[in-house]
Amino acid sequence: MRWLSWAVIALVVLWAAVPSLFTGYDPLAGVPAEKLQEPSAAHLFGTDAVGRDLFARVVHGSVQSLSGALVAVAVGLLLGTLLGLIAGSVRGVVDETVMRIMDVLLSVPGLLLALTMIILLGPGTVNVAIAVGVGSVASFARLARAEVVRVRRTDYVEAAFGSGGTFAGVLVRHVLPNSLGPVIALSALQFGVAILAISTLGFLGYGAEPPTPEWGLLIAEGRNYLATSWWLTTLPGAVVVAVVLAAGRISKEIR
Amino acid sequence: MTKYLLKRAGQALLVLWAAFTAAYILLQALPGDSILIKFQNPELGLSPEQIAEIREYYDAGGYLHTVLGFLHGDFGYSVDTGAPVVERLAEGLPETAKLATCAFVLAVLLAVLIAFGSAYSGRLRGLLLAVPALFISVPAFWLGILLIQIFSFRLRLVPVIGGTELQQLVLPVLTLAVPISAPIAQVLARSIDQVLTQPFVPVVAAKGASRSWILWRHVARNALPPTLTVAGLVFGELIAGSVVTETVFGRGGIGRLTEQAVNAQDTPVLLAVVVLAATVFVVVNLLVDVLFPVLDPRLAT
Repeated sequence: MRWLSWAVIALVVLWAAVPSLFTGYDPLAGVPAEKLQEPSAAHLFGTDAVGRDLFARVVHGSVQSLSGALVAVAVGLLLGTLLGLIAGSVRGVVDETVMRIMDVLLSVPGLLLALTMIILLGPGTVNVAIAVGVGSVASFARLARAEVVRVRRTDYVEAAFGSGGTFAGVLVRHVLPNSLGPVIALSALQFGVAILAISTLGFLGYGAEPPTPEWGLLIAEGRNYLATSWWLTTLPGAVVVAVVLAAGRISKEIR
Repeated sequence: MTKYLLKRAGQALLVLWAAFTAAYILLQALPGDSILIKFQNPELGLSPEQIAEIREYYDAGGYLHTVLGFLHGDFGYSVDTGAPVVERLAEGLPETAKLATCAFVLAVLLAVLIAFGSAYSGRLRGLLLAVPALFISVPAFWLGILLIQIFSFRLRLVPVIGGTELQQLVLPVLTLAVPISAPIAQVLARSIDQVLTQPFVPVVAAKGASRSWILWRHVARNALPPTLTVAGLVFGELIAGSVVTETVFGRGGIGRLTEQAVNAQDTPVLLAVVVLAATVFVVVNLLVDVLFPVLDPRLAT
């Protein structure tokens, strides 16, 4: 089971990196004569209403979801860890203020926060990724702060201060690296969560523009053919579930 | 006790005020002025004076005025339709409340089923404990579409349009409940396991109590508090989840209103929805804190 999660992620990363290795079909240009065909050996995931190969669209779409999730995790990880590091090491009023602001962020559901950011930034792939990332800042900050507070109390940090280390020096050289373990595990989990959130926002129509094969958008487009063509919605969704499940398992493993 | 409650209520109010302020600042920072975009359209043929008048109508006079308005239940006017935001919220609230309440009850039932089921059976345990991880990885919008496909188009059990109220409600409730049941099930299963390792369990068993008696009479009570905390935390997700659910099933409600507000850059409506979600979150978690000492008398002292 363990290798399966890694295999799923590796496969999707390869899809994003060299899509032409997995499919010879064009994700944007369709063959009208072959429209709405069921999955077959020629078209693994079938074809859509304008005769485009759905598997090709899913493969070429992986780069949208993966890069979006990477941006989202980077925003959450960088901002959150920075805030957590500052709060956990400076303590006092700064700690109180930063963490209360994080409490407020946590009191608004992630999707609503993302929608607020989208009203602010406007729709689009990058903006959606940033919006999803902002939603995860509070979780990262909380975890990073807890870790920093734990590590700061250890003997080796005291020793590093005692042997003449400067505040910033000890922080960067000892506290930060030793606090990162759980934060990395959270990143893996957030990667899956971000893929889920990005596909949701794509489905609602705030992400990529229509001809682009983004996973959430693919499912939204397939909605019009629910009665006749089950594969248009079912198969791209199954891919999303597989990737999110794999990210969750990997996060559990490295924790 | 009273002091503790007052302190918690004070904190709750503070969080609420901060959430309002943060959302207000964010939504005011909007680069594209939604009112100007809407009314400067030459087809409307409005003079600059008229536009200034319209602005005054919407821009309720800054932060302080808006806060006072919210406190009086006046949430301003929708930029999209011009109707008072309160009216639009009141229109959607009953539908969403119905959906969310049913979904929450179902989510708790599912969680109890998964957690206690895994505590009973040896063979199914691994399988049951894998269910929450699956539930949490399923995009809600996809689940809704899948349910429509299976139950409406394949099995023809639920009509796509029309049908009784129960028929209209059952699939959306399931869609909303599944992702929310996952964290509740995870925490409940974990705390049941933890309570089962405590020494009083073999003592009760030695007295001749059956497995069911131990689980429902003794373990359940002790496993409840952590579960209640998570249940409170995920309650806020019901409003967010209704955005997706109501869109997929074409139902009216707060979620649909939110989606329309984002599309129309209707900031007053979104501000009200965010404040509503934060209020629900804060109030539910306050209730959980109040309930804690009732459930566990050790905490009351």
